[in-house]
Amino acid sequence: MTPTLLHQILDYANRADPYPIYEELRKTPVHHETDGAYVISTYYEIRSLLHDPRISSDARNVASGNADPPAESAPEESALPPSFLRLDPPEHDRLRRMTNRHFGPPHSPHRVDGMRPELHDIVGGLIDGLGDPGRIDLVEEFSYPFPVTVICRLLGVPREDEARFHTWADTLAASLDPDPDADPAERGKDAHEARMALGMYLAGLIEERRKNPGDDMLSQLATAKGQDGPMTTMELLSTAALLLIAGHETTVNLISNGMLTLLRHPEVLQRLRTEPRLAVPIVEELLRFEPPVQLLPGRTALADIEVRGVTIPEGSALWLVLASGNRDPQRFENPDRFDPDRPDIQHLGLGSGIHSCFGAPVARLEAQLALAELARRLENPRLLDDPPEYRQNAVLRGPRHLRIACDGIRP
Amino acid sequence: MVGDGVLEQLKREGRIVVVGASLAGLRAAETLRAMGFAGSLTMIGDEPCEPYDRPPLSKGVLLGRARAERTALPRLRSVDATWRLGVPATGLDMAAKRVRLADGDEVPYDRLLIATGVRARPWPREEEAELDGVFVLRTRDEAAALARRLDEGPHRVLVIGGGFAGSEVASACRERGIPVTVAERGAAPLVGALGGVVAAVAAGLQREHGVDLRCGVMVTALEGDASGRVRAAHLSDGSTVETDVVVVSLGALRNTEWLYGSGLGAGPRGIACDAGCRAFDIRGIVTDDIYAAGDVARCPHPLFGYQFLSLEHWGNAVAQAGIAAHNMVSESVDRLPHMDVPAFWSSQFGVNIKSVGVPSMGTEILISQGSLDSRRFVGVYGYQGRVIGAVSFDHGRWLPFYQELIERTAPFPPQFPTVDRHAGGQRPVDADFPDPSVPSHGPTVTLSGYSPADRRMTFTPAH
Repeated sequence: MTPTLLHQILDYANRADPYPIYEELRKTPVHHETDGAYVISTYYEIRSLLHDPRISSDARNVASGNADPPAESAPEESALPPSFLRLDPPEHDRLRRMTNRHFGPPHSPHRVDGMRPELHDIVGGLIDGLGDPGRIDLVEEFSYPFPVTVICRLLGVPREDEARFHTWADTLAASLDPDPDADPAERGKDAHEARMALGMYLAGLIEERRKNPGDDMLSQLATAKGQDGPMTTMELLSTAALLLIAGHETTVNLISNGMLTLLRHPEVLQRLRTEPRLAVPIVEELLRFEPPVQLLPGRTALADIEVRGVTIPEGSALWLVLASGNRDPQRFENPDRFDPDRPDIQHLGLGSGIHSCFGAPVARLEAQLALAELARRLENPRLLDDPPEYRQNAVLRGPRHLRIACDGIRP
Repeated sequence: MVGDGVLEQLKREGRIVVVGASLAGLRAAETLRAMGFAGSLTMIGDEPCEPYDRPPLSKGVLLGRARAERTALPRLRSVDATWRLGVPATGLDMAAKRVRLADGDEVPYDRLLIATGVRARPWPREEEAELDGVFVLRTRDEAAALARRLDEGPHRVLVIGGGFAGSEVASACRERGIPVTVAERGAAPLVGALGGVVAAVAAGLQREHGVDLRCGVMVTALEGDASGRVRAAHLSDGSTVETDVVVVSLGALRNTEWLYGSGLGAGPRGIACDAGCRAFDIRGIVTDDIYAAGDVARCPHPLFGYQFLSLEHWGNAVAQAGIAAHNMVSESVDRLPHMDVPAFWSSQFGVNIKSVGVPSMGTEILISQGSLDSRRFVGVYGYQGRVIGAVSFDHGRWLPFYQELIERTAPFPPQFPTVDRHAGGQRPVDADFPDPSVPSHGPTVTLSGYSPADRRMTFTPAH
């Protein structure tokens, strides 16, 4: 029996290049498999559904029987409540608004831009510390430690605790992967335990920040008295866990996918070396071409919704395959070409609508600085393995290792 | 083919004149160059400065966060034009294809784009309008002058007209701690654009922010002191507001007077043009060498019964300028229609307000998401059983969905459930628009009938 398209997407054998499957998928823009989710793969349909108020992100709306990531779908007395990623308005709006108060405009317009010099130093330090230039694992030595350090500084999480929360974060990121072959009960249990452990860890930290507040986001969230009042402790823990995980699991892949793509397009890498401002369109094109979040699997139809002549029944689970929409030839000319000079790169890589990537300004800045500096400082860099070894996750897709070599490191 | 040759010659060595050097004019010029137009390009503008951006003038500039002089529009590409700035156009000779300028010059054209926009409607009594401390707000200089006066810490600002611009001025004043009175002829601020249901929310917002809001009143006279400074305003309810700064915010006048007598279909409602931005002459025949774009244009819209629609919206100016420029240097079969769904935004009293479609055409409204009480909501407007517009207060990210409903003329009221639906959003209610024949602050979207040559409309000040 031919494996279904859903299985093919999730099949690790296709991790290095899922794009031919997406192309196949787009032949049926609304694809449904028996007892499974409705998979949406074309640009305009995905974009419409991202703004559609008949679509819920609340895990509690998922009808039983639908394959769905169990990470936050089984809240128990002792577990953390869902983060705003898995809530609908008005709860979502309230929590996101309260969090944004300490992160972006209008209340904190300088937060991200003010980190620019600090980010520059972190990037410089990591490149200085690269080992043998003949054998660099860019993931281990650069694209993982960089965003972790940044999110720790931003939140006020001690960098030296990384070893502790790393495992929990990995387990939770893995639980987002809707792997149909894994035992959902087992995965749910692992994810639940990881959330509990992370919650306990953050609770201790927040207690500490309440006593000795700094200028980090955890301190500000813990002591806030905005027009929405303070977050409850449980809300605060969920939000902090969300930011900590989302703050690095995705950016790692953006940077790794970015360097991989540039090494496959040496002419663009060469241009970036001499024109650092090109980092801005390069990162946008990367978010289109190799988005770190490939698909959004956790949404539910609250009503019968007609999409391209197909009625998606109320209660159905939806998968929005962002990475496929980004390669839709109806929207992008030569979609399989990596071209930072595209006049109009309105990609879906960061989502759209109310759940669009909260950390986008930081992620963009991190990737721009990282790629520009790697391009400038690595002498004659080249890939040692192509394709590289990928991580298991089909949703948060990126290399587990990215082995490269170069002739030396420029000062 | 002969036609090909003419167009190629136009693109190679033709003369294109753009009257109006603001957003629409600049974006059109950039598009012309991007389309490969290599001939001569002349930009005529009555203001002495290069094209600048207006939205900040009623927001950041009045708050003292941005300087009026530093609002120049970013250039998307070089336009390589001859700039005639500070010289208004005063006439058009359609037969000789020449634009007359105030300094006596005449500029010949092969294609003409008119993007002269609008100006603030002045206070109708000239001697009162000339009092020191009486302002309008449309241009950079006007914004700079008002901002300077606000820096001096006036005792009270009176805003006449509670439309979007007036409300933004009031918001800026309150944010700076300056006492402010808003006098609105209608039942509430924004009522002309959004109807009474939503306007009541805007009124609550203003009062909560300390605005002395007077609705259902007109200002009957402005009074100056011996030195010619404004000191008080008299209202139709017999009350008097002591004030040292008055901002007249009574909507806009289209800059079309210079075209009267030219034979072009231009009047107080703007310049009538077809969906491809070609201007009509006064006989209702479309010209083939004169185009219009931006606030001054009015063109038929298929989604709104093909009535002529005039829009004072930033996004419309950009889109329409692009279409006009494209069509000016294209064969007739390659021309594009201007069919953007109207959209605008405003920022006031800490709330982001956005709208799509033509809310003022709606007769009913349904609050489909959020609630009026929380001042965070989406309101959907219905007209004859279809969705015609939508407005959001701090809910702008949902509007693309409602725009799609408008584009496909979806039925009203919408029958489906949504996230965040409240009890108040189960049934539509009367949207409560004032009688459109009664001028108040003037909505920024105006439907103006089917006649391309309408010159009959006159505005009668409220006295």
